[in-house]
Amino acid sequence: MTELPEFHELTLPNGFSYKQPTGLFINNKFVPSIKKETIDTIDPSNGEKICSVYAASEEDVDVAVKAAKDAFKTTWRHTSGSDRGRLLVKLSELCERDTDKLAAIEAIDSGKPFEQNAKGDIGELYNVLRYYGGWADKVHGQTIPVDDNKLAYTVHEPYGVCGQIIPWNYPLCMLSWKIGPALAAGNTIVLKSAEQTPLSALYLCNLVVEAGFPAGVVNIISGLGPVAGSALSTHPLVSKIAFTGSTAVGQIIQKAASSNMKAVTLETGGKSPLVIFEDANLEQAVKWAAFGIFFNSGQVCTSNSRVLIQEPIYMKFIEKLKECIDSDYKQGLPFGDDTVMVGPQVSKQQQDRILKYIEIGKKEGAKVFTGGYKVTDDEVLAKGYFVKPTIFYDVTPEMTIFKEEIFGPVVSCIPFKTEEEAIELANDTLYGLAAALFSKDITRAHKVARELEAGMVWINSSNDSDFRVPFGGVKMSGIGRELGEYGLTNYTQTKAYHVNLGWDL
Amino acid sequence: MLASSLRFKKPALFNPVLYVARFYSHLPLSVPIKLPNGIVYEQPTGLFINNEFVPSRQSKTFEVISPSTEEEITHVYEAREDDVDIAVEAAKKAFNSTWKTADPAERGKVLYKLANLIEKNAETLAGIESLDNGKSLFCARGDVALSANYIRSCAGWADKIYGRLIETGSSHFSYSRREPLGVCGQIIPWNFPLLMWSWKIGPALATGNTIVLKPAEATPLSALYVSQLVKEAGIPAGVVNILPGYGKIVGERISRHPNIKKIAFTGSTATGRHIMKAAAESNLKKVTLELGGKSPNIVFADADIEKAVSNIIMGIFYNSGEVCCAGSRVYVQDTVYDKVVQAFKESSEKLKVGNPFDESTFQGAQTSQVQLEKILSYVDIGKKEGAKLVTGGERIGEKGFFIKPTIFADVKEDMRIVKEEIFGPIVTVSKFSTVDELIEMANDSEYGLAAGIHTIDINKAIDVSNRLTAGTVWINTYNDFHQNVPFGGFNQSGIGREMGAEALDNYTQVKAVRIKIDPKQV
Repeated sequence: MTELPEFHELTLPNGFSYKQPTGLFINNKFVPSIKKETIDTIDPSNGEKICSVYAASEEDVDVAVKAAKDAFKTTWRHTSGSDRGRLLVKLSELCERDTDKLAAIEAIDSGKPFEQNAKGDIGELYNVLRYYGGWADKVHGQTIPVDDNKLAYTVHEPYGVCGQIIPWNYPLCMLSWKIGPALAAGNTIVLKSAEQTPLSALYLCNLVVEAGFPAGVVNIISGLGPVAGSALSTHPLVSKIAFTGSTAVGQIIQKAASSNMKAVTLETGGKSPLVIFEDANLEQAVKWAAFGIFFNSGQVCTSNSRVLIQEPIYMKFIEKLKECIDSDYKQGLPFGDDTVMVGPQVSKQQQDRILKYIEIGKKEGAKVFTGGYKVTDDEVLAKGYFVKPTIFYDVTPEMTIFKEEIFGPVVSCIPFKTEEEAIELANDTLYGLAAALFSKDITRAHKVARELEAGMVWINSSNDSDFRVPFGGVKMSGIGRELGEYGLTNYTQTKAYHVNLGWDL
Repeated sequence: MLASSLRFKKPALFNPVLYVARFYSHLPLSVPIKLPNGIVYEQPTGLFINNEFVPSRQSKTFEVISPSTEEEITHVYEAREDDVDIAVEAAKKAFNSTWKTADPAERGKVLYKLANLIEKNAETLAGIESLDNGKSLFCARGDVALSANYIRSCAGWADKIYGRLIETGSSHFSYSRREPLGVCGQIIPWNFPLLMWSWKIGPALATGNTIVLKPAEATPLSALYVSQLVKEAGIPAGVVNILPGYGKIVGERISRHPNIKKIAFTGSTATGRHIMKAAAESNLKKVTLELGGKSPNIVFADADIEKAVSNIIMGIFYNSGEVCCAGSRVYVQDTVYDKVVQAFKESSEKLKVGNPFDESTFQGAQTSQVQLEKILSYVDIGKKEGAKLVTGGERIGEKGFFIKPTIFADVKEDMRIVKEEIFGPIVTVSKFSTVDELIEMANDSEYGLAAGIHTIDINKAIDVSNRLTAGTVWINTYNDFHQNVPFGGFNQSGIGREMGAEALDNYTQVKAVRIKIDPKQV
């Protein structure tokens, strides 16, 4: 029970001062939570508290959902696709205008290096919003020829109120992946940001108002998963729930959604393989492999945490990967040094979890080639949640670090002999989010790509997503696809119309 | 650039007496114009090539007349064959260097900006359109809004031009890409100068083509004005080139140019046929045509007569009847025929025709003297053929090309006024009794652009609409466009569709890629 001011006056390390909203964003206004509960958000680069914001309880979720339901009924479902599109494009323009502000908030709250990482996220944010703005008036049904006595057609209707729960690794990007297609398709939204990173979403709410969205269309609440997330997943007026996060939580949400048969989209964990054949351009394979596991401190659901390397180039690859870390993946604070690529992990909890996995790996007999510890040698960085980029080699399929998602800058390297063996190793996982392969042989590349069990396959690159291309997993990596035209299908339900033109009984 | 240096060269044989109307070597590249509604703006007068306004190579100009006053508004430079060649070269260079290779999302971004700029300049553009074309401000404002909406919709398409992955078994990897064509020639008419500009450039640019566009010689002003906005929006030089000029010279050169890969034309069926032939003879250009019409507008006895009459009026008198899909043949079921004709007459006589800048004006002037005379000649033909003139049939005043809304009743289907496109505020009303009879009459036309149906019976509406030969059918509405709904004709009304996802097909060509993956499998 704490009273918070409506805004905190914050000054970020790069000198940017702004008013950080603290409330829940409901009906285009920031309001305190009913029980005045709050959560603290921490700067992961030094472990210090940035500020507190209000956290939603079950009652607050109910208020937000009802606001969204009202908005759906009264304004949004009567707003034309063209007008919805205009609002999304306008929001995109405002985000682009405020790139530096949004990037700075993202950097302080999640630990992303401002120049090399956070700014790129804002580009993704406004590109996705503009892209779905363009779709808003292009969500078309079909007419289906049946016979002269029947006119049959379909309309892709919105669900109504969508609950959306997003993670802390890409706060604003994940927000755009969620709200872009949902709003384009005509839904209203209650979105819960991650408790570790609530700040940027709240700031963006100012832009939602400025863009001119009607009240209640976009509601954004901060809060804890077991409280607010759970309330959203079980709320009877929420017709669709979309979640990005861990597979374990995804399972809880799917179960909760069964209460009123909510439609469910899940984008969950991964243990994505990257397969490098001996004929690959090794230089490029090394660079992409490094990008795919060390960028964003390895906190990426599609990170190539398992690298399978054909035997003749196995050790050479590992040596070069280390060289690449040393030259290209400078660790440091999010602000102040524009060359810093790797920031801290998002939280103490994540740091501990990663370090625990490193210990398990060592115990199970995997060898550490580089890294494998938390950063203590630098007085400044020691205060933050930094983990040294880590390469394990001689990892075998029985080991925990081969099987489980670590979600940090830790890569397991495994040798293989034949194509068949590589495919078997790559597919030997519960997950199936992404996969990547390197080969100069176009035949082999396509053949192997077909065999990989994954929602996305990158050929001669890794983690090279694009907002126009669908993103999502097979197996336990998820249900549904985000991005691209496919992303819209998560947010519409098809209604079929039969018009009898003359079949008399 | 040669073109701009010529501007300062006075032709040796310059004779002001002989050439005053056609030969201004000293015409400035922009002139101030005061619109009747008080807006003062700078009107560009040059050809728009490579994002700059330039005089034509031969420094010829032609005059632009206001159809509501018959007074000269200004001169603009007149493009000739050599200017077309320069513009095509610029467009080709832009295609190969920037536009084709740009991230499609970037194309979308600048088109969004262009849409915003059109809206920002909406009142000026509406004023230009009224002044130049004679249409009422009421109509012109609608055109501007539709243009901005359409450009915005195309902006959204730019990064959604998807090909397909074609599953053909594990031995191959097959996919298709939809690639732009290159330089597109576009020739637009004078009835909707800005709107037709938007229908042409929107899909062409969204799909990555570059453009050489000729506005109609009667109405070149708005296309030149928006060229400034094209540049301001950030569309790279050479992507959009605008050449005011005559069909027989510029249009002909565009249609036959070997480096133009596609031609899109909106206008008369006769010219469309000529362009198709020119495209065939030169380099087999892809062709899209949006041509004439003689569209039936049908009223069944069970229709809401009051609403049907206002739709008939929108169908034929909107935009002074200068609409390719105008509902110029009205068919009324016999039991309500007299009632409908009477109501139609009364409503038509109440329409305010006159000064386009008067806010209460519904119908402005016809666009040119030629059109005025053509329409009046059809009135005579109709009378001679024995049709009953219900109302109108004459010019209003002596200054400005105004015509009274004109209705002919008791017509026969073989009369010329029922068969031929008149392109003015003149309509025939025929009688029918059964649906089968109606379908025969309605489809008895070389055209097939649009049709209208007025009835409360949903079964009848859909049954009749399925049986009509027309690219667009409006039910209980007419001339009711939306940027996402395709528009185009059956029969001799055209080839291809504008607007909607369909318009993108006019501006892309499919490349199929087939990769053999498994050499062991056949």
